[in-house]
Amino acid sequence: MKPNNRGLLWVDKYRPGTLDEMDFHLELKERLEGMAQRADIPHLLFHGPPGSGKRTRVSCLLRLIYGPAAEKLKVEHRSFKVGDPPKEIEMTILSSIHHIEANPSDAGFSDRLIVQELIKEIASNAPLDVTAVRVPFKVIVLHEVDSLSRTAQQALRRTMEKYSRTCRLILMADSLTKIIEPLRSRCNLVRVPSPSEKEICDVLQKVSKEEGFELPDQFAVKVTKACSRNLRRGLLQLQSSKMDNYPFAEDQPVSRADWELVCIDIASLLMREQSNKRLLLVRTRFYELLTHAIPADAIFESVTMELLRSADQEIAPAICECAAEYEHRLRQGQKAIIHLEAFAARFMQIYKEYIDNQYSMLIDDD
Amino acid sequence: MDIGDRASVLSTPWVEKYRPVKIKDVAHQTEVVAALEQAVERGGGNLPHLLFYGPPGTGKTSLALALVREIFPKEILSQRVLELNASDERGIRVVREKIKGFAQGAVGQAKVKDGKTIPSFKVIILDEADAVTGEAQTALRRTMETYSTVTRFVLICNYISRIIAPLASRCAKFRFQPLPTEVSFNRLSMICKSEQVTASEDLLKLIITRTNGDLRKALMTLQSASRMVPHGSEIGDKEIALASGEVPQELLERFRSAMFADSSFENVQSVVDDVVLGGYPADGLLHQLCDLLVEEDYAELDELQKSALIMKMARAESCLADGASERLQLLDVGARGMYISKSRENSSSLFKV
Ligand SMILES: Nc1ncnc2c1ncn2[C@@H]1O[C@H](COP(=O)(O)OP(=O)(O)OP(=O)(O)O)[C@@H](O)[C@H]1O
Ligand SMILES: [Mg+2]
Repeated sequence: MKPNNRGLLWVDKYRPGTLDEMDFHLELKERLEGMAQRADIPHLLFHGPPGSGKRTRVSCLLRLIYGPAAEKLKVEHRSFKVGDPPKEIEMTILSSIHHIEANPSDAGFSDRLIVQELIKEIASNAPLDVTAVRVPFKVIVLHEVDSLSRTAQQALRRTMEKYSRTCRLILMADSLTKIIEPLRSRCNLVRVPSPSEKEICDVLQKVSKEEGFELPDQFAVKVTKACSRNLRRGLLQLQSSKMDNYPFAEDQPVSRADWELVCIDIASLLMREQSNKRLLLVRTRFYELLTHAIPADAIFESVTMELLRSADQEIAPAICECAAEYEHRLRQGQKAIIHLEAFAARFMQIYKEYIDNQYSMLIDDD
Repeated sequence: MDIGDRASVLSTPWVEKYRPVKIKDVAHQTEVVAALEQAVERGGGNLPHLLFYGPPGTGKTSLALALVREIFPKEILSQRVLELNASDERGIRVVREKIKGFAQGAVGQAKVKDGKTIPSFKVIILDEADAVTGEAQTALRRTMETYSTVTRFVLICNYISRIIAPLASRCAKFRFQPLPTEVSFNRLSMICKSEQVTASEDLLKLIITRTNGDLRKALMTLQSASRMVPHGSEIGDKEIALASGEVPQELLERFRSAMFADSSFENVQSVVDDVVLGGYPADGLLHQLCDLLVEEDYAELDELQKSALIMKMARAESCLADGASERLQLLDVGARGMYISKSRENSSSLFKV
């Protein structure tokens, strides 16, 4: 693990540049090397949770395919004229002479048109004489494909087949579940799991050595537990914990992002008192989070996990059920706050009922 | 797509490289293959509008492309065939104008070239037609009528229920079947030979079961697995499990026993964590679990309890399709399963939703 000059944050500074530098999932490394050796590589779909290192691996793969030229990247803000009537859409594109990268879900309703535009552009620039080049295709990397609309995903089906001789798609997604089946079956799936706790712990220790500070095992383990196997989050937590207090004290809490602290607070407010007044108070907290652009689904998960941690196992099914239900409604509704609030109110009801007749077995859900 | 020189063959992914070129190369769909062969033999003149429907990877697109390649010589293919798919603008306006514009252009009388009759119509292939809105389908129906003498339509879709009846009734309908094991097996063996891949008979059969008659997926799995072993070495079960993207049995087993045997919410949470953080798809887990529940008998669950759990899973699956959180949906299923397996006597409460 070698530091680079990509910034002050350890997450950037210690981002591996080649597959050899990746500290975990060595078998995946071999797999990617095997793929890169031949030109008949199919479209690829990299999927795995945030912070599992998909992006790094994709960059490494491109380097394996094209050599160092794939790393000479150019950032462009381009505007596309798409649709009918034509509409101008701004989009940030990252490109090398061999590939382009974009996040088409940024284009909202026009995502389908942008995707098609990019593919046509790349396909029309295909080398005329495929025998003259070592790699006879270009690559289009699309980020956050799980946020693409269904229409945009549908539109990729036949397009992927039609242009597969001259261009290859590398799709990236946090979760396969949100990718329509016909796209999954048109791609070689590359699953990138989160690193294990041990792997995270090892990376934290390596960074501490490189940075020259003392990291007691016990604190490294604490950070590992707190970051839910997300290395990016773990490194941020370690760095800001160190700024909070160093040398690390035995009882020092792991530094957490502000929004996580608010979620923990919401959960404890809900557990301690169930009343109208409390609901109003919780509501202001939800608002606070939403105005800071924290995604509502992340709030749902975080508050639920916190509630599950503190409440009795007996009401876990009821809590899970109402969390699952209201989080789902989020997808169909318009205003997140209503569903968050409904969840809070429902939880209070469940919890109060449980406390009130703790002797009776309670699973009530309607 | 033309597979011309060697280099481009070497750089074509297997699914495209082994796409059937001739009508007769399309395996297993005997009824439609026979019908089209016959129509082509007679010069294609009396070809009806066609509607191909059926599950993914069964040869629908391949057959439509093979058909037009057999009725038209290569030079005029692009004048005579319009391929529209879900990537194209397909609102009403486009259906009216683009299709109209294409259909209107004259083609003249049927000609004979090299002893083959070239029919005097154009073909419009509308792939992924189930993604066309109802309104646009209605417009399409009128266009179809207006130009019925000079055009033939080939509509392709997965779900025939999404095609409006007046449109479907104007076409000769052909249902594409999932490919049976022997057929897929022959295809895969042939490809193994030509790509110099070593795989046992059982292994190919394993791929086929895992991909449920979707030959594209089977091919993709085979190619992807073949890259995990050094050239020429034998592919094993491990590679197939990785390549097919399924949830490992071990995780399924843990999820099941967390619910029924240990009845521990903590264990449910830890499996759900391992599924989500492992990057496994929650919907895949539910599908596999459902198969398991239906196929096997469990001492821990009676029929009623099983049904209650499957109903919960079905609901979670549909929520996932709407984009709901994987973690919360799986926790809900897990916690519910735990509760259901514990409450044996009280059957009516099992079904509360
Ligand atoms: N009946 C078949 N005979 C031979 N090969 C087939 C057949 N069906 C599928 N394949 C293989 O699978 C690939 C995909 O087939 P095709 O594009 O025709 O599927 P499709 O039915 O159009 O699927 P979708 O509904 O997903 O569009 C082909 O390139 C070919 O390699
Ligand atoms: Mg098709």
